[in-house]
Amino acid sequence: MKVALKTLLTVAVLTAGSAALAEDQFIPLPSYRVGPYAAGGSGFFGGAVDYMSLVNANGGINGVKLIWEECETEYNASRGVECYERLKSKNGGASMVEPLSTGIAYGILDRVAQDKIPMTTLGYGRSDAADGRVFPYVFPLITSYWDQAAGMIKYLGEKEGGLAKLKGKKIVHLYHDSAFGKEPFPVFEAYAKELGFELIKLAVPHPGNEQQSQWLQIRQAKPDYVILWGWGVMNPTALKTAQRNGYPTSKILGVWWSGSEEDVIPAGDAAKGYSSMTFNTPGNYPLLDEIKKKVYGAGKGNMEDKSRIGSTYHMRGVTAGILWVEAIRKAQEKFGKGKVMTGEQVRWGFENLNVDEAKLKALGALGMLPPVKTTCLDHEGSGAVKVQQWDGSKWKSITPNWVVGDRAMIRKMVEEGAAKYATEKKITPRDCSKEG
Amino acid sequence: MQFFLEVLLGGLLTGIMYSMVALGFVLIYKASGVFNFAQGAMVFFAALTAVGLHDLGLSLWLAIPLTMLVMIVLAMAIEKIVLRPLVNQPEITLFMVTIGLTFFIEGLAQAIWGASVRKLEMGIDDVPLEYLLDTLGIAISQFDLVAAGIAFVLVAGLAMFFSKTKVGRALRAVADDHQAALSIGIPLQQIWVIVWGVAGFVALVAGLLWGARNGVQFALTFVALKALPVLILGGFTSVPGAIVGGLIIGASEKIAEVYLGPYVGGGIEGWFPYVLALLFLLARPEGLFGEKIIRRI
Repeated sequence: MKVALKTLLTVAVLTAGSAALAEDQFIPLPSYRVGPYAAGGSGFFGGAVDYMSLVNANGGINGVKLIWEECETEYNASRGVECYERLKSKNGGASMVEPLSTGIAYGILDRVAQDKIPMTTLGYGRSDAADGRVFPYVFPLITSYWDQAAGMIKYLGEKEGGLAKLKGKKIVHLYHDSAFGKEPFPVFEAYAKELGFELIKLAVPHPGNEQQSQWLQIRQAKPDYVILWGWGVMNPTALKTAQRNGYPTSKILGVWWSGSEEDVIPAGDAAKGYSSMTFNTPGNYPLLDEIKKKVYGAGKGNMEDKSRIGSTYHMRGVTAGILWVEAIRKAQEKFGKGKVMTGEQVRWGFENLNVDEAKLKALGALGMLPPVKTTCLDHEGSGAVKVQQWDGSKWKSITPNWVVGDRAMIRKMVEEGAAKYATEKKITPRDCSKEG
Repeated sequence: MQFFLEVLLGGLLTGIMYSMVALGFVLIYKASGVFNFAQGAMVFFAALTAVGLHDLGLSLWLAIPLTMLVMIVLAMAIEKIVLRPLVNQPEITLFMVTIGLTFFIEGLAQAIWGASVRKLEMGIDDVPLEYLLDTLGIAISQFDLVAAGIAFVLVAGLAMFFSKTKVGRALRAVADDHQAALSIGIPLQQIWVIVWGVAGFVALVAGLLWGARNGVQFALTFVALKALPVLILGGFTSVPGAIVGGLIIGASEKIAEVYLGPYVGGGIEGWFPYVLALLFLLARPEGLFGEKIIRRI
C-alpha cells in the first residue's frame, strides 16, 4: 500500500513541479516499476532520478533545473511508444529519451530521428547504432552487446592463458529466445571461426522459468563455459537448474542483464561463485554517499528499499544520469550556458561527450564507469567492460582493469550493419568530416 | 538410453509442477463451470503474500496459514462482489470477468508488497540426489521429488473430497446447473467461497514451490500458460487428469526440445505443448478424463 501511496504522491508532485517552471530542462521517463521486469526498471530509473535530484539539489546544470515525468510502460513495446508520444511535447519538449527496453527502442527508432530527440540505449538495443553517420539520434553509450560479447571472449581467453588456448574448447551460448538473445550471434560465430572453439547455441523460450531440457543438453555436451544471455526470471532459473544438474556455477559467465542482485539472490547458494559482465565496478563511491546525504537526507530519494542504493541497477541508473547531465552540460557549452537546450542541441552534446577520469573524479565516481568519449562516428564511446563475481552476499570486481575486446573487428561489423540499415531505409549517411 | 531416461524423468517431474497450477483451474471449472483465467495471478498473489509476511519477520510456518486466511478473504470478496451478481450468466461472461480479475489481482499484489524479486527458502535442497548420480549417473533433484510427493498428496486429498464428501457432491451439482442446485437447497454462495478458497490453497502451494525454485516474482503468473495445454489434455473437470496431463506435457516438451529442437533452431518447448494439445483436441475434445458432453437436440 505504501508503494501505491508513494506513486500517487510522486505523480502529484511531479505534475505540480512540471507545471510550475517552463524554463526547466525536461526529460521524459518511459519507465517500468511494475510487471515482470520491475526489478530492473525500478532500480535503473530510481538511480537516474536520484542523480537528477542531486544535480537539482546542487543548483542544476549552470542553474537550469531538471524536471522529469514518468510513464509506466510495463516493458511493453506498444505502451512504450504511447508513453513516448504522450510525453515528447510536454514541458517545452523532451531533451532526450531512454526507454531501457530493446522493444520500445526499436519502436521509436525512426520517430526520435523525425522528432529530433536523442535516444540513449545504455547497454542494449541495436549494436550497429554506434555508427552515428546512419543513426544520428541513437546513442548505445558505453558498451554495446557486440563489444560486450567480444569482451566476454577476451576474458575467457585470458582465463585460459591466452585467446589461442580457446582452440578446441566448447562454449555454450544459452540465450533468451528473442532479438536480445540473438544479438551477439555474429560476434560469437566470428570468434568461434577465428579461434577454433566449438559454439553451441541453446535457446530458452520466454520467460525462461523452465530450463531443464537446456541444462540436460549442457550436461551432456560438457562445455568448458556457458555464456548466460538472460533477462528477468531466466537468470535465477538458469543458476538453480545448473545446480540441479551438477554444472559448476563458476563456469557460467553472464551478460550484464544477468548480473544484478535480483538475478542472484533468489538463486541462493546456487549463485555463489557465478560471474557476469558489467559496465559498473561494484563498490561504494563518494557520489553515492552524496546522494544518500543530500537526496535521501532531504527525504527526496526515489528508492523505496534503501538497501538497493548502490546496487547494480541503481548504479546503472546513476551512470545514465551522469551521461545525460554531461551531454546537456556539453550542449550548454556550445549553445549557451544556463539556457534550456533543445533535443537537437542535446544530441550534439551526446555526440561530443568527454567524460574522462578527471571528470569522473570530480563527480565522485572515479572507477564507477569507464571513461566515455563519443564522436560523430562512434556513438558508443567506450567499449570497455568488467567482470564481477557474486560471493554469496555481494558482487566483487574480478578484473582490476577494464576489458576491451577486438574493437577493430566489432567496428567493421557495426559499419556493415549500419550500411545495410541505411540501404534498407534509404538513409544517406552523414559526412562526419563536416560535423562541427 | 541413460540420457533419454534422464530427459524423460526430468520432464515428468517438471510436468508435476505444471499440474500444481492446472489443479486450481480444474477445481473452479469443475465446481462452478467458470474457466478462471486469474489462477496464475492467484499463484503470484499467494506466494508474494506468504513471502511478504515472512519478510516482515513472521516465521514461514506462520506466514503460510496467514496467507491461507488472506486467500479465503479474497475468495469471499470475489464471490460477493464479482460472482454473486452474475449468477446464471453465460460462461463467456464469467470468463471475461476472470480476465479482469487477473489484472486486478496482479496490481493488488504489487501495490501491497512491491514489485521486487524475493527469495523464498523452504529448507529443501535443490541439488541432485547423490545416490542416483553415483549409481545411475542420473541427476534428479530432491526438491523435484518432494514437489512430486506434495502433488500426489494434494491430488489424492482433492479426489477424496470431491467423491466422498457432501460438500464435494454439492460442488459437482452446482457445476452441472446453478439454478437446479439452488432449487434443491444447495447454498450457491457458500459453495463458491469454498471452491475459490480451495483453489486459493492450491495456488498457494503451487506458488510456494515455484517461488522456492525461481524466486517469488511476477513471472510466476506465466506458469499458468503452461497449465493450459495440461488442461486440454487432462480434461477441465478431472483432478487426476490434471496430473496425467501434466506428466504428458512435461515429458513430451522436454523430449521434443532435446531431440527435435536442434533441427528447428531450438526453443520449441514454449509452443510444442500447444501443438500437442491442439492435435489432441481434434481427436478427443473433452480431454483424457474430461466428462463427455452429450446434448439432446
